[in-house]
Amino acid sequence: MSDKEGLFSKKNLQLLKDPLDDNNPISVQVLGICSALAITVKLEPAIVMSISVLFVLVASNVIVSLLRNMIPNRIRIIVQLVIVAALVILVDQVLKAYAYDVSKQLSVFVGLIITNCIVMGRLEAFALANGPWKAFLDGVGNSAGYAFILVLVAFFRELLGSGKLYGIQIIPQSFYDFGYQNNGLMLLSPMALIVVGLIIWAQRARNKKLIEK
Amino acid sequence: MELANLFVKSIFIENMIFAYFLGMCSYLAVSKTVKTGVGLGAAVIFVLTITLPINFLLDKYILKPGALGTWLGSEYADVDLSFLSFILFIAVIASMVQLVEMIVERFAPALYSALGIFLPLIAVNCAILGGSLFMQQRDFSSITEATVYGFGSGIGWLLAIVAIAAIREKIAYSNVPAPLKGLGITFIITGLMAIGFMSFMGIKL
Repeated sequence: MSDKEGLFSKKNLQLLKDPLDDNNPISVQVLGICSALAITVKLEPAIVMSISVLFVLVASNVIVSLLRNMIPNRIRIIVQLVIVAALVILVDQVLKAYAYDVSKQLSVFVGLIITNCIVMGRLEAFALANGPWKAFLDGVGNSAGYAFILVLVAFFRELLGSGKLYGIQIIPQSFYDFGYQNNGLMLLSPMALIVVGLIIWAQRARNKKLIEK
Repeated sequence: MELANLFVKSIFIENMIFAYFLGMCSYLAVSKTVKTGVGLGAAVIFVLTITLPINFLLDKYILKPGALGTWLGSEYADVDLSFLSFILFIAVIASMVQLVEMIVERFAPALYSALGIFLPLIAVNCAILGGSLFMQQRDFSSITEATVYGFGSGIGWLLAIVAIAAIREKIAYSNVPAPLKGLGITFIITGLMAIGFMSFMGIKL
């Protein structure tokens, strides 16, 4: 099929674009929430996490898609887990070597990419049935959708919670002199859930076809 | 006393869902009715209580830096296999889940069909792997501690999913703004419940 289509045919571009809005992995497919919330207190870990997920998702999508005709159906989950776990170990070691501080902040959540539902969900739903190029695009699209929500949540939480963005003070000192206070509640875990809830609300108010009956 | 303290802490204060968001995917997807919620919660308790002690032993005798040296002789004393922990932990979890799946299919077919796709997905439930990784990070001293921690976290997870399922059953009849229906309101309610659970913070037996 792919030899008749161009590399960037309409259908393939759709694979890239869909997960950004109509089929966002977090707010529509409800995958990968686990790690999405805990690391969004600041922008930096959120961005590092997004890049790690991008790498793991794209690489595992392509590998599983290449092996899809060889993996026996009954043991496919274990095979997929092993592939993903090997890739995550790679990410973890690289982070420990080159970005030790961030890797400390992310703590167990790097390891939890293995059980990130986005990775397994896309492998099950897409990579097992499609060729490597499509799987590659699907991986890029979905991790971009994931990164989009992650960065959005982290943006609000860091800005309102500590008045900073990426560690740089944004809210000027004069505001604080007037009595402006950082909203400490934004830094606590419950607010991550509420912020995501509000994002979903905004998205569905704009995009009526996503509303649940 | 220590153990009772750890138990209460893992249920309420360090609740898997409200404090760490672990296992959210299945939490959101299976919490439409209380019955399936209880089923999945029980499965999670079971798998957590089995896998944590196994992974604790793996960690203590194989993975920790120098762990091999304690029983294989001193020439292995500087072997550090801790980079293998992800892959070993997940292998233990995946095989345990397969076991639970087979047992449930044999003895409770109704529950099996109700849980559907989510039973195999326990293997990729972050709460399970998260339990093992937290166990490794906190350096529990004995296998009893690890087991109690696993059991407690499982109960905390069950508690959370049953509570949200009960709320969702009732909220189906209320007048929620259309774009907020379903997923959105569930997120916000979970957030409010998490704020409630924060009031347990600092409790010590």
